[in-house]
Amino acid sequence: MTKCVVEVSGVTKHFGEIRAVDGVDLAFEKGELFGLIGHNGAGKSTLFKMMLGLLPVTDGQIRIYGQPIHGEKFRQARRRIGYLPENVVFYDNLTGLETLHFFAALKNADKKTCAAILETVGLTQAANRRVRGYSKGMRQRLGFAQALLGKPDILFLDEPTNGLDPEGIREFYQVLGNLQEQGVTMILTSHILAEIQERVDRLAIMKAGKIQAVGSLQRLREEIDLPLHFQVGLLHGAEAVLRAKLGAMATLEMRAQDTEALITCTRDKKMAVLNALSSLEGAVCDIIISEPSLEDVFLGYGAKK
Amino acid sequence: MLGIEFRQIGIIAAKEFRDRIRNRWVLAVALVFTLFALAIAYFGAAQQGTVGLRGVEVTLASLVSLVIYLVPLIALILGYDAIVGERERGSLDLLLSMPITRFELLLGKFLGLSAALAFSTLVGFGSVGLLLAYKIDLPSLLPYGRFMLSAILMGMSFLSMAVLVSVISTERIRASGVAISLWFFFVLIFDLSLLAILVIGGGKIGADLLPFLLFLNPADIFRILNVFGSEDIRALYGLSTIVPDILTNPKLLGVAMTGWIVVPLGLAVWRFK
Repeated sequence: MTKCVVEVSGVTKHFGEIRAVDGVDLAFEKGELFGLIGHNGAGKSTLFKMMLGLLPVTDGQIRIYGQPIHGEKFRQARRRIGYLPENVVFYDNLTGLETLHFFAALKNADKKTCAAILETVGLTQAANRRVRGYSKGMRQRLGFAQALLGKPDILFLDEPTNGLDPEGIREFYQVLGNLQEQGVTMILTSHILAEIQERVDRLAIMKAGKIQAVGSLQRLREEIDLPLHFQVGLLHGAEAVLRAKLGAMATLEMRAQDTEALITCTRDKKMAVLNALSSLEGAVCDIIISEPSLEDVFLGYGAKK
Repeated sequence: MLGIEFRQIGIIAAKEFRDRIRNRWVLAVALVFTLFALAIAYFGAAQQGTVGLRGVEVTLASLVSLVIYLVPLIALILGYDAIVGERERGSLDLLLSMPITRFELLLGKFLGLSAALAFSTLVGFGSVGLLLAYKIDLPSLLPYGRFMLSAILMGMSFLSMAVLVSVISTERIRASGVAISLWFFFVLIFDLSLLAILVIGGGKIGADLLPFLLFLNPADIFRILNVFGSEDIRALYGLSTIVPDILTNPKLLGVAMTGWIVVPLGLAVWRFK
């Protein structure tokens, strides 16, 4: 049985008449990489802040390792948490290393680990430079380093790859992979859906303060039931054979030209189309099946009322 | 009620102090204080046709008037940004996600900024005090030491108000506006208002009460502590006969000044929570 690390039960947050978060139930498991996605204003940041104890809940409960984030044991809970805010801002007068020393002191983390953490995020060369001279990407790396102080069990990462170049993004997810192997639970938000779709274990889609869907990407694909796309390579002159074979199938859309055909079908017709294509052994030379991307899924849920 | 970790307060205070040292704020303010104090000590009696270092009392009489303008302004500028600045830049959430309470954060900031202000005051005025001690005599420096201490306390009271403004403001620009308004009120308008009441009422309206209204202004408490606290300076101001005895009680004045530090800070803590 997997252990629930963070539990969000019936959490609601009102700002006057506005329901920023409305009855959210979520549970995050140990070692899980969880993506929280939604439009701007969907309630992600508010939910993040409540999970971190920065905002009180209007209703409901948030528990970290079974303990409320507020109250007597809040310090213990926070020492187990790492947080990278969306727009990370540090103190220009401090160097990168001094910045980490400051936050390490607040977290009661070992200062000796700061240099190693800076190396993990690729900032060793800039460790003794003042933050004033850091680029956006370097500040983001420093923010990530700060979140890693004190070997946290849970990481909250709000738009963590903001300002990172492609190489930086790849290195960032490599570090996340290593942390996941160590059992660290990570909850992240991102607007770059293509970046997280193959990396998160599960995700939740938020809309107007509510959770619209939760699960693995494959589960969400199945739930929303978006069409699949077949890209079929044809031998010369096989177009007519293909049309004859598939033309009669219901809920099918087909565009064929010369040696390539694009077939769109509903998920329940997937095997039927695949069987039909397999039977055309002499006419078909290649089949690529494209599942809906996370962006398709997200937009699909967005279109749902 | 959550327990207080003094270590967390110390970490925040040390960072604030180091920030002000590193961005040369402390150096700049100390330099301003030194230059003004030196100028007043040396040229203070130019109107009487003499220049040069003279008695501490004479120097203090002029210094008090200067400090009443300068220290509140510096303290308000130092403190108005403390919380609203962090909030506006976006660093407040990160700080509050640490194992620290809001009380510890606020108190740490206040103490760090107070230390920066106190350090500037001691270095700035203290260097001139040492010069006076060398040129004149050591015992007469006691009022000078009291002057520096009360200047620090006055600075802390205005800093406390600035921190309150910083907590309740939603934008830095508004906070700076309110801070400057406070300076105008306490340093310029307050005394003029009391004077206006006296003049308009021909001294009949609340004349007995007016001296005690001075307790409602930390700048006036500072003035009373330094001007009325010394016989010589009191004589210089020509106020020996009209000052109520209670106003010359340093303990009472100290309590009032402490109140001006504690109450705004307490309100800031309450609001910030």
